[in-house]
Amino acid sequence: MNEQHLIASRVAQEISGPAVVNLGIGIPTLVSEYVKEDTVIFHTENGLLGVTDIDPNHIDPNLVNAGKLPVGEKEGSSFFNSADSFAMIRGGHIDVAILGALQVDQTGLIANWAVPGKAILGVGGAMDLLAGAKQIIVAMTHCSKDGKSKLVKECLYPITSTRAVHIIVTNLAVFHVKDHELYLVDLMPGVTVETVQQHTEATYKVALTQNQI
Amino acid sequence: MNCMHKIKSSGIEVLDTLKNGDTLLVGGFGLIGAPLTLIDALKEKEVRDLTVVSNNLGESGKGLGLILNQNKIKKVIGSYFTSNRDVGEKYQKGELAIQLLPQGTMAEALRAGGAGIGGFYTKTAVGTKLAEGKEQRVLDDETYIFEQSIKGDVAFIRAHKADELGNLTYYKTARNFNPIMATAAKYVVAEVDEIVPVGSLNAEEIVTPHLFVDAVIVARKVLTKDGVKSL
Repeated sequence: MNEQHLIASRVAQEISGPAVVNLGIGIPTLVSEYVKEDTVIFHTENGLLGVTDIDPNHIDPNLVNAGKLPVGEKEGSSFFNSADSFAMIRGGHIDVAILGALQVDQTGLIANWAVPGKAILGVGGAMDLLAGAKQIIVAMTHCSKDGKSKLVKECLYPITSTRAVHIIVTNLAVFHVKDHELYLVDLMPGVTVETVQQHTEATYKVALTQNQI
Repeated sequence: MNCMHKIKSSGIEVLDTLKNGDTLLVGGFGLIGAPLTLIDALKEKEVRDLTVVSNNLGESGKGLGLILNQNKIKKVIGSYFTSNRDVGEKYQKGELAIQLLPQGTMAEALRAGGAGIGGFYTKTAVGTKLAEGKEQRVLDDETYIFEQSIKGDVAFIRAHKADELGNLTYYKTARNFNPIMATAAKYVVAEVDEIVPVGSLNAEEIVTPHLFVDAVIVARKVLTKDGVKSL
């Protein structure tokens, strides 16, 4: 299993039905492959509640997710316009939002929409999801491509919201955010506390169960 | 009753209403639900300094990307332009102004614009770069920012079926911004797969009632799984 699928499968363990879940672009999109519960319903902000996998023989170019990838519609699905879709998001009707991030700071704030020094050209639905989803899970690689920790003391990139996320899942570990602090709660298979320490700039508390240490 | 006056034969015929400097609302999420036939007609029209309101500007050289490359757009309001590299290039050269809005704020601003609401307070983007310069207000212990509503002179929308009165239905996720934009412009043109007689649409399935729609054309450029095709 590659890194991205490893993260997605671990995120799936954090989700239990009944729940309405919104998946962001990238690693979050893969999460649906690992959620087997029928009572977990996927929402996509471009206007579908009840996203399911697509049969490759029946691709419909006008039935897509937020990443513009073809999807299927589950029995009991509904279609709606963008204002209604964001009323669901902003209005607190989505149980879980799973998002990618460029950086997460040690208080749980995330940056996932802009890079300093480059023209700011896109934000999409990220700020609305941060403002309105009941629970937010970040799914990201622990380090950037140049090997730097994405869990930082303070975000250098512009933040997406002043609201903290709840859970961060990386290819090395799982962190919970409580009262503006990070807690290391789980290690990915074969990863040690020392490995996490070496690759993490942010300050966090270790809160593993005894058998994990 | 003669109810055929809204049915037009081509995109060219409806474009007379669009003037230099107008604000044009264009439906679609990328190319999905984008009015590709109307955009194609806009390619042939001499017009400049448009402000375009659309979630994206198509892709490079596709959809609204075509119009951008003809330098007809002065300003664009939307949520995600990253998928068309030409947008960044024009912006860096100072040839294009960009107003970036969170997608939900954009949708609500159009909904409000069509509903006679001047603006609204939202908690989205509070404390971020996109809230800079916007009025803040605390309501029930939560901080909100003020966002002004958006209205257009002309809207290009994509629907599935129209009846001869201009009632519209939509198809799957091609709906997106289209029904909201249909309420928010002075002159609304819908591009549809099929025009059917009055009475053949079930009143329960009509999403956009005809009073919002000024003109209807049949789509001649459509999105297929192999890309954009001419019919």
